Amino acid sequence: MTQNPASIDAVQQLLAGQDYVCGRALATVAFLALKLGRPLFLEGEAGTGKTEIAKALAAALDRRLIRLQCYEGLDAAAAVYEWNFAAQMIAIRAAEAAGGADRDLLTAELFTEDFLIERPLLQAMRPQPGGAPVLLIDEVDRTDEPFEAFLLEALSDFQVTIPELGTVRAPEPPIVILTSNRTREVHDALKRRCLYHWVDYPSFEREIEILHARAPEASETLSREVVAFVQRLRQEDLFKKPGVAETIDWAKCLLALDVIALSPEVISDTLGAILKYQDDIARLQGMEAKRILDEARRSLEPA
Amino acid sequence: MPAYPDLTLPEDGKLVHNITHFARALRRAGLPIGPGRVQTAIEAVAAAGFTEKADFYWVLHACFVNRPEEREIFHQTFRLFWRDPRYMEHMMALLLPAMRGVQEEERAAEAARRAAEALLADAEMPPAPETLESDEEETRIEIDATATASAEERLRQLDFEQMTVAEMAAAKRMLARLALPVKPLPTRRLRPDSHGHRPDWRRTFRASLRTGGEITAIARRRPATRWPALVVLCDISGSMAAYSRMVLHFVHAVANRQGQGWAKVHAFTFGTRLTNITRHLRRRDVDAALAAAGREAQDWQGGTRIGESVHAFNRDWSRRVMAQGAVVLLITDGLDRGAPADLAREMERLRLSARRVVWINPLLRWDGFAPRAQGVRAMLPHVDTLRAGHSIASLEALAEAISDPQDHGEKARLLAALAGDAPGG
Repeated sequence: MTQNPASIDAVQQLLAGQDYVCGRALATVAFLALKLGRPLFLEGEAGTGKTEIAKALAAALDRRLIRLQCYEGLDAAAAVYEWNFAAQMIAIRAAEAAGGADRDLLTAELFTEDFLIERPLLQAMRPQPGGAPVLLIDEVDRTDEPFEAFLLEALSDFQVTIPELGTVRAPEPPIVILTSNRTREVHDALKRRCLYHWVDYPSFEREIEILHARAPEASETLSREVVAFVQRLRQEDLFKKPGVAETIDWAKCLLALDVIALSPEVISDTLGAILKYQDDIARLQGMEAKRILDEARRSLEPA
Repeated sequence: MPAYPDLTLPEDGKLVHNITHFARALRRAGLPIGPGRVQTAIEAVAAAGFTEKADFYWVLHACFVNRPEEREIFHQTFRLFWRDPRYMEHMMALLLPAMRGVQEEERAAEAARRAAEALLADAEMPPAPETLESDEEETRIEIDATATASAEERLRQLDFEQMTVAEMAAAKRMLARLALPVKPLPTRRLRPDSHGHRPDWRRTFRASLRTGGEITAIARRRPATRWPALVVLCDISGSMAAYSRMVLHFVHAVANRQGQGWAKVHAFTFGTRLTNITRHLRRRDVDAALAAAGREAQDWQGGTRIGESVHAFNRDWSRRVMAQGAVVLLITDGLDRGAPADLAREMERLRLSARRVVWINPLLRWDGFAPRAQGVRAMLPHVDTLRAGHSIASLEALAEAISDPQDHGEKARLLAALAGDAPGG
């Protein structure tokens, strides 16, 4: 079992070992979350590496990653546990055939762990080999308020109650990471129990580092051009600005096409990798892409 | 200001003291920080150690900040406070009485209280005026961020204080009658219901245990329901002057009728720029709410730039307030001076992200209204329904329009008129 890192620097190094480049601010919050055993609430635009940090942490600490993807209408049956009805049905019929359909016996046998289907939240409360798991509750803004209220309870005591079995308490609290794209405001009560961090778009230097870590095959010149272009693009009036994930995707696309340097033609051919709305793509066709590329190049020149 | 509970914290020198003071300063600046969070912050600082100023900054940031908007307030407070805590206190003390005196108490004493008593007689009295620091702080920042006014913008603030007797009476009547019966939407969550269409195996089994494993009846479930959210975009330009105030009364009434429909009401005003007034409308007192909104929106009775305003909404707010299938209420006369193509594009984007776009146009009250203005022509194809909204009666009819997906209001008639006109224009 890997011990929790002892300092903020250690967290940074740990994550860097997983090719996750993170700033001092994010490392500080992650360190605190590990040290204080509090959930970490990451909010930010799509594609800024919120989900990735959970994966990197789990891999670096050698813990199991348990992911709960939120969606509208997510309920306890999908998030915590469910009974295996088909198996229960068979058990009843088998008991009947054997002539022993005793009421108390049935209760005792039907609602045991054998018939329990564990969902992510319950799994996270169970002891795991290698230590407490990393529980990733992804895109919590997609679910609704009743589920938030439920999470509130589960995350403050790290326990869930199953009426038929009793309370399951985590022997060691899991490392909880919640992410939100802010499509709606998550309730303050939930946020208050967490350490909050807004994940912003990275600076030029940081994004270059990220690209080096994630797409090491890309040449220095191409990486710099790609990042400069994307950074410049984020200043444009777009409906959806490209995230870091898009930068990495785009660099990989360009590598697959054996592109050595950007040109307006290449950009307009591969624009679908960075911009995902037709309005935005239409804006960038033709001269506009060339203008941004020229500006990006100019910003690179002094360096 | 509430009394602060005495914290029993380990006294280690000045640091604990200073963090507590800092938390109080933040609280005064409008961040909702309770003693629990102060405790967390102290634990966090103890855990992270006190080595670098930047680390210290982020440690406190993680504990005290909960929303992106709060980052700037935190930053400024941190910068000021850790330079000299006394300076901060001193400034706050200076600001406090001045702001209260000018902005809240006078108003509340005269117009606001009276209106509250008159309008919300059945409800409880509005809570004691909250401190205004947060408003002040955020307002300043927002103005900073948007101080890109062009020369043609006529910045004029509307004074809501002088409500005429007639207006007041009308508002009262409206409040009394206004019960927006919105139809709840089915969600994907299920709840027990004996007439539901989906079996509830878990309850069925639990019940069957009582009869020794024999299933006698199948328990059922059906989708639960929830209320939709409402987004109001209200035109406050010169051509809507007589109208927008009334409409804001209406919006305030809707926003403050909790449990009556709408899950959340987000309100925006626009003339030449888009302003979010949701926060201000939350005040119970209609006068205070509209006065605050009036201070916030800088473009009362100026020109109109519908295209740009809708664009700003799409870019900055649509993903945040429309995610849960919101109904959009667009209140404007459609007299726009911008390029029709841009307006049409933004309206299309708006409609794509909303459950329904309901356009209320006060000009419709004239029988012979035809879609001549280019703005109206551009917008018409991209709304679900078009309605008049010049009177209280028409606002009431609106409730049905919003909840009925088949309702198209006057849209079909006007689209036909538009098609007839098209070759010429």
